[in-house]
Amino acid sequence: MSATILVRDLTRVFRLGDVEVHALRGISLSIERGEFVAIMGTSGSGKSTLMNVLGCLDQPSSGEYLLEGTAVSRLGAERLADIRNEKIGFVFQGFNLLPRTSALENVELPLLYDRRRRIADPRGSATSALQRVGLGDRLDHEPNQLSGGQQQRVAIARALVTRPAIILADEPTGNLDSRTTLEVLSVLQQLNDEGMTIVVVTHENEVAAYAGRVVELRDGRVLRDFPVEGRRHAATDLSQIYGGER
Amino acid sequence: MRGRKLGKAAFLSIVRNPMRSLLTMLGIIIGVCSVIALMALGEGSQRDIEEQVASLGTNLLIVRPGSTHMGGVRGGAGTLGSLSMADAERLGEGAVYLQGVSVEVREQAQVIAGGNNWNTGVFGVSLAYPQIRNYRLESGAFFDERDIRTRAKVAVLGRTVADELFGGENPVGARIRIRNVPFEVIGVLEPKGQSPMGSDQDDLILAPSTTVLYRLGDGRTVRSIVASAVSAGAMESAKDEIRDILRQSRRQLPGAEDNFRIFDQSEINQAATRVTGTLTLLLTSIAGVSLLVGGIGIMNIMLVSVTERTREIGIRLAVGARPRDVLVQFLIEAAVLSLFGGILGIAAGLGLAWGLYVVAGMSVVFNPAVIVVAVLFTGAVGLFFGYYPARKAARMNPIDALRFE
Repeated sequence: MSATILVRDLTRVFRLGDVEVHALRGISLSIERGEFVAIMGTSGSGKSTLMNVLGCLDQPSSGEYLLEGTAVSRLGAERLADIRNEKIGFVFQGFNLLPRTSALENVELPLLYDRRRRIADPRGSATSALQRVGLGDRLDHEPNQLSGGQQQRVAIARALVTRPAIILADEPTGNLDSRTTLEVLSVLQQLNDEGMTIVVVTHENEVAAYAGRVVELRDGRVLRDFPVEGRRHAATDLSQIYGGER
Repeated sequence: MRGRKLGKAAFLSIVRNPMRSLLTMLGIIIGVCSVIALMALGEGSQRDIEEQVASLGTNLLIVRPGSTHMGGVRGGAGTLGSLSMADAERLGEGAVYLQGVSVEVREQAQVIAGGNNWNTGVFGVSLAYPQIRNYRLESGAFFDERDIRTRAKVAVLGRTVADELFGGENPVGARIRIRNVPFEVIGVLEPKGQSPMGSDQDDLILAPSTTVLYRLGDGRTVRSIVASAVSAGAMESAKDEIRDILRQSRRQLPGAEDNFRIFDQSEINQAATRVTGTLTLLLTSIAGVSLLVGGIGIMNIMLVSVTERTREIGIRLAVGARPRDVLVQFLIEAAVLSLFGGILGIAAGLGLAWGLYVVAGMSVVFNPAVIVVAVLFTGAVGLFFGYYPARKAARMNPIDALRFE
């Protein structure tokens, strides 16, 4: 079986006037279906750039990127938009939900651009995606009526609803306190247990401890790539630490 | 992409910011409102002018003696310069493009009825005259063939004359004296009002042509011959025909200049058309300027909106919107905004015109075509001025848009 993500000698060079900035200097990486990978690194290590390239928001300067066997590194803007719609679910640090729009409508948003009608029943799919992240009773709430953790779970539901090949989460817990961090991580772990491939970009070791594998970047190169030993389980931690409280 | 959802989203974004949307649309609303109201008034006044022109007579042609002979020596001019009953008879018999011919013998005379008197024009005319000049009877009857043959002393009064001589009473059957000749009033005409030149068309008395010519006049001078062409398109043919018949009737040598002149309504029509043409040009420029200003207002707000919603655009692009989807979304918003303003403007304009009709009694005409054009035009204005902001939105880089604070 081929890898979900296969990256070879990926580089990304930005030109700022006369200066060339090498954000990625040749990254090779393979992520199998069902993995939970944490991409780590300090700021400037190139992890955000890698995330943008993996998410088809940006194109590499050179190298090859196969997403589920499709060479996406040479596609045009329109095709990239389709790939993002069909194969990738984004979760951002700042949630990025549409304001004054209900949770349900936010989750339905990607289905508005589902040109091939892969998802037959947008409303039903959005509802069940929200149920999967534990927000089945918050369908009509608007973002400002939801806590940060709940907003991030709406964002995860939005990422799920198109049945993507991979969920890409960029610092998904960066704006959250430690308890809601655990809530969000437990949702991600649960999805991973159900077979979803998940890539989280983070600079926090605590977060990486819940992943199955860590890829550490430095100066645009892969510094280390290792499986997590003694992987933590968010749902267990949650009940141990906050046990009786609701 | 589901158009219905986009339309709904555009509608919602307008409804969610009612004040801003209203201010944005204000330029379009005022522009369309003024155009609709002015168009209604303009068409109303044009209709008034047309009605006045039509009141002169249907496809009216007037023959007058040639001007070179107007001040000529009476002895010789009697046969050459002036028109005669015979000329009118020949026209009535020979012309195929005319559906009615009448002489007009005019005498200015003092008219007495009981204790009242009034100075007015007494017109000796043929039977076809009321039809040619669009006069209708209000009461009584018109004179007939026999009255003309016998030079009967019967008169039909215009509304003004009837009011001056008889006040509110019905004059039919009464006796009046025109220049001391006794006449019997046999009918009263419906009022026609002012002519386009401003003269009172109801201040006259109609009597048989022969009566006026031989009992009041000099027995010779026919002031003019009036005729109506069979249709508006036959006016030129009718004029040619009149010229041929009259030259023959008046024994003019070939090559000699006509010793009569033919007038029609085209001069009046041209003046009226010039007025409405100027009015239309004025209205069109007002419409153009106001829609331009309104369009710029929309473009301005759409640019602000695109900047404000940079993050939303980033999100949409990230979850799979193509640049074209974003373009279409903002175009629809601009068009809906503009259309909405147009519809409000039409409502306001119709209300304004109706108010002017009710309060000031101005004549207004509502033309559905103008409303349809206004709707289409405002939609087009929205698309035109919305394109630049929409393209700006569609060209955003999703990474920068998502990071935008």
